[in-house]
Amino acid sequence: MGESGSGKTVTARSILGLLPDTAETSGAIWLEGTNVVGLSAGRMRSVRGRQASMVFQEPSAALNPVFPIWWQFAEGLRAHNPKLKRKELRRRIVEALKQVGIPDAEKRLDDYPHEFSGGQKQRIIIAMALAMGAELIIADEPTTALDVTVQAEILQLLRDIRDTHGTSIILITHNMGVVADLADSVLVMYRGEVVERDWVRELFANPRHPYTRQLLAAVPRIGVKSASRDLGPEHLAELESREPVVVAEGLEVTYPGRLGSPPFRAVRGVDFTIHAGEVLGLVGESGSGKTTIGRAMAGLEAVTGGSLRVLGHEMRGFKERAFKPLRRQIGFVFQDPSTSFDPQLTIGECIEEPMVVHARDLSATERRDRVAKILEAVELPREYSRRFPHELSGGQRQRVSFARALVLEPTLLIADEPTSALDVSVQATVLELFTELQHRFGFASLFISHDLAVVDMLAHRVGVLFQGRLVELGTGSQVMSNPDDDYTQRLLASLPVPDPVEQAKRREFLRLAAGGS
Amino acid sequence: MTATPIADRRDPWYLRLPVVADLRRSAGLQRGMLIAGVIMTGLLLLVALFAPLLAPYSWAQTTADGVTFGAQQPPSAAHLLGTTVSGFDVLSRVIWGTRTAVAVICLAVVASLFIGVLLGLVSGYFGGWLDRILVMIADAVYAFPSLLLAIVLSIVISGGRSGALVGILAAAISITVVFIPQYFRVIRAETIRLKAEPFVESAKVIGAPVSRILFGHVFKNATRTLPLIFTLNASEAILTLAGLGFIGFGIEPTAAAEWGYDLNRSVADVTSGIWWTALFPGLAIVISVLGVTLVGESMNDLNDPRLRIRRRGRKAAARPRRRRDDFRHRCPRNGSPGADRAPGCELRHRLRRCPRRQRREPLRRPWRDPRDRGRIRVGQDSHRA
Amino acid sequence: MIETLEQANTTEPAPDSPKGGGSLLRYLVARFLLIFPTMFILVTVVFFLMRMTGDPITAALGGRLPPDQLAERIHQAGYDRPLIVQYFEYLGQIVRGNFGTTFTDNQPVVEILARYGSATAELVAYSLVVAIGFGVPLGMYAAYKRDRVPDAVLRVLAILGYATPVFFTGLMLKLIFSVQLGWLPVAGRISTAGELKMQTITNPTPFYLIDALRLGDLQLLGDVVTHAILPAVALGLLTGGIFLRLVRTNLIGTLERPFIESARSRGVAETRLVRAHALRPAFIPVITVMGMQIALSLAGAVLTETTFEWKGLGFMLVQYMSARDYVAVQGIVMLTAVIVAVANFVVDVVAAFVDPRVRY
Repeated sequence: MGESGSGKTVTARSILGLLPDTAETSGAIWLEGTNVVGLSAGRMRSVRGRQASMVFQEPSAALNPVFPIWWQFAEGLRAHNPKLKRKELRRRIVEALKQVGIPDAEKRLDDYPHEFSGGQKQRIIIAMALAMGAELIIADEPTTALDVTVQAEILQLLRDIRDTHGTSIILITHNMGVVADLADSVLVMYRGEVVERDWVRELFANPRHPYTRQLLAAVPRIGVKSASRDLGPEHLAELESREPVVVAEGLEVTYPGRLGSPPFRAVRGVDFTIHAGEVLGLVGESGSGKTTIGRAMAGLEAVTGGSLRVLGHEMRGFKERAFKPLRRQIGFVFQDPSTSFDPQLTIGECIEEPMVVHARDLSATERRDRVAKILEAVELPREYSRRFPHELSGGQRQRVSFARALVLEPTLLIADEPTSALDVSVQATVLELFTELQHRFGFASLFISHDLAVVDMLAHRVGVLFQGRLVELGTGSQVMSNPDDDYTQRLLASLPVPDPVEQAKRREFLRLAAGGS
Repeated sequence: MTATPIADRRDPWYLRLPVVADLRRSAGLQRGMLIAGVIMTGLLLLVALFAPLLAPYSWAQTTADGVTFGAQQPPSAAHLLGTTVSGFDVLSRVIWGTRTAVAVICLAVVASLFIGVLLGLVSGYFGGWLDRILVMIADAVYAFPSLLLAIVLSIVISGGRSGALVGILAAAISITVVFIPQYFRVIRAETIRLKAEPFVESAKVIGAPVSRILFGHVFKNATRTLPLIFTLNASEAILTLAGLGFIGFGIEPTAAAEWGYDLNRSVADVTSGIWWTALFPGLAIVISVLGVTLVGESMNDLNDPRLRIRRRGRKAAARPRRRRDDFRHRCPRNGSPGADRAPGCELRHRLRRCPRRQRREPLRRPWRDPRDRGRIRVGQDSHRA
Repeated sequence: MIETLEQANTTEPAPDSPKGGGSLLRYLVARFLLIFPTMFILVTVVFFLMRMTGDPITAALGGRLPPDQLAERIHQAGYDRPLIVQYFEYLGQIVRGNFGTTFTDNQPVVEILARYGSATAELVAYSLVVAIGFGVPLGMYAAYKRDRVPDAVLRVLAILGYATPVFFTGLMLKLIFSVQLGWLPVAGRISTAGELKMQTITNPTPFYLIDALRLGDLQLLGDVVTHAILPAVALGLLTGGIFLRLVRTNLIGTLERPFIESARSRGVAETRLVRAHALRPAFIPVITVMGMQIALSLAGAVLTETTFEWKGLGFMLVQYMSARDYVAVQGIVMLTAVIVAVANFVVDVVAAFVDPRVRY
């Protein structure tokens, strides 16, 4: 467990000698009594796959797109036993595929990777490790690229494999929930060093190292800092009575199909209202249409059906010219802080841009003053205005993002997964900042995230999107603690909580629920 | 991760110039190739500049002090590289030829640069039917052998062959027309990629006027590959000029010295074993093209992190190479455009990415839309005449 | 239930994923239709460019005929009508396969194309054998030995290969192997004696090599092969250098992709990674570019044919150009346009079949 740059991936890779040639390794790694550090290429090859096998972060990238999957299995098996017959090969592959729960394994053997879903691809890679009889599986962020519900299944699969085959698993992850769910013992890494090692229950209950403590404290948990917990009915009534900033009625966004293929309906009839000063959280897995809604509100995506009124302006059939004056009332924060700034401009110039466009009457000194003020508001030193984006860290850049979005004090802020590219500890500070800014400026906000816990911390009301439909909409605590919709329930149940005891209970519940239906 | 490996802003400007910056971050063989290229290119430019001082005779001189040079004389003290079938001094023609080559490169590349970049920006940013038509024309012209197009154009412009200025212009214009699609394609693709980048979208959300977005944000970031195409086109310009000359559609020998023409005249010489009339102009072409190509190739490799030679040893190991990757995979839905693209390999990918699609399309299917297919990568595109 | 849930969630939102079989067909049809606008654009551009300076008759005979006779002939050929009318007429003619008649020797352009086109095709085919034979394996080797001495040497050689104009390579090869060493013939496609023998064959194929094989005459075969070596090598070195670089770059790129790492982590040997795992994915882009190169090596063929007096389309093109026979020039250029458009289509189809993602 560790944040980015802690050296966890490098450590795991060195077990199989998979580091770039420029890296130097010293010390020893004992794998079943053999020191694999400095092993000759040939010896290392016989270790790879047979003694230890690796599962990668991105299942779609880890499979060769132009070969059928049986071939990719066979390559690994033949590498260690060239005499294997085709029949025997296929038998073993089918067996492994069945073990990981791929239906119709006999038929799907000849399929290509693109014909499987992301979760299935990860199962196939795990099946490869099984087929080769690996006694150790090194899983490098095996669920990071997957949706929460799929993640729960993959974790379950890994647990089953451990139980039935007695396979050891090294699980590398930044996600405390995943650790709590699967691990027996935990090793916390920080800047290339192991800072703490303990049994999982002990570690979560009594973290000893300050870094571990800080890390655990930073993890957002549902219901712990819920923004809507203390909202009484009178608060809600007051919120509802305020002027609506955004009104969506039967909102649809459709992307045209290409070359005669059918169009893709990203958003299929969504209704919601955001009142002045209200934070609406939008949650959903990838492809649920949450980002599309945010982009449509900023005029970056065309509304194709229903109605979407932003600040009283109808976005369906929208004309840039008519909408432009309203743009100063809208701020937008993008997901990836590394790409949301023009690399050629200084931070100051980036923040100034909205003023240059909308507040032409401001003099250069006034503009600079406001940049300094807003930088202060996002807790950055004013000297930063002379720096370039690439000189800042991800968290700092995201603060600048907020500064740019808020410099004209807009009435609406659209935040599209502003923290999902950040480390947990950085995320915590940015979320805190968001709450503070929201209190201070009182803007209405659409906060988009895939992480229920994050949304719970910030949003007054939460909407859950599933395949372009809004399946649930209510106050944060209501949605989190008492969901009506099936999908929301599953989503909540799939989210691993960073507490091994609690997580074990939830797992049991999820299994019962799954078995029951 | 868009983050161009732009040299740190705090470096003085001259260290941030394309070739200089590339030299500074090169290593090993790549550095050797780049230096060799810079030397050869420098040689070409210097010789062109000082041609009157270096050349013993003029390019069309057949007599000196009343003495005729004589045709097809082997190398001697008077004519270090011998004389041609028409009785010109080979050395002088080789030296004067650099001027023609450099003039054509400058005219052709600069003209195509301006037109191609402008069209690419506008076409890529606005899209629509204009874009489609321009792309189709550019694709058609691009796929067509440039030498044949240059032949057609030189017929149009000069009716075959002509004086120095018209000849150079004819060669330059025909090369320009051939090159415009290349700049157009690259800049258009880059524009389309940048258009989907959050920083351009954020300018849009702010409400910045189109001109500001296009020239302020997109243009500045789209041009960083231009030096590379520039060098590759320059080498192709020399080859096209020589090719035109070789098939007899170049510049009159009395109007200016041109290597392709000299090689054309030497075809018969070679059969009778006269080697000096062919070898030296040919070598001049090879050295010029090689120099410019080496510069371009090294720049291409340096811009492509996959092709860059990794410095071995401690320094490199200390750099947290994995860090970026860890960071990128943090988010499950981080398929954001450009997130997985390191700067240089965009050259390869950019042409096949459609901006509106990439958000949702997990597989890249270049063939789905012929308009977005990038069959070509700069540097492999040139038919070499 | 879990299964359905997973599928529902991770369904790639690609609009066309659920559709079966029709997808590839639709792609092929769309791609095929794209040939026509490409050809149309090139034909239009070439036609108007060629006619911008005037009509072919003035170009060919201007100054040699008195003005009134010249005007008479222009009128007869219809070149005094509005350009746009002539353009549509020309389009109509092309659709019917008529590219006009040459001035200098009064032959239908189509016949010239048929007669000399085969020689060019033969030359390009030989050069491709050389180019692929050298470029692809050496490119693979360079990628395997990346950044080490063999790679460095091969790269410099490749660059040298395409930095050298093909006519210069040709002249130097000629100088060494024909003139100095006397091993190979200086020029031409076949000796005079051989040509006479060729004429005895009934129902000849366009390719001398095949005809010689059919005759079973070893001497004739040697004659044909020795004539072909130098031009094929000259043109092949040029294309081969480009192929080498192309294969190397793409292979290196593919070797760094995660699925290679994934296969490596399963114990697959390095050589096998290069030969089996990386080669096919790397070749999808390579095929498309190679296809372009084949179309473009036609231009290289013009220069090679001129150098070796190989009587193909390129050689004739230069002949007609010096004779200012622009109808013939236009015909040859138009034919190239057709070849380019068709070659691009073929290449895309091949690439589509190599990539299973298109082949549902």
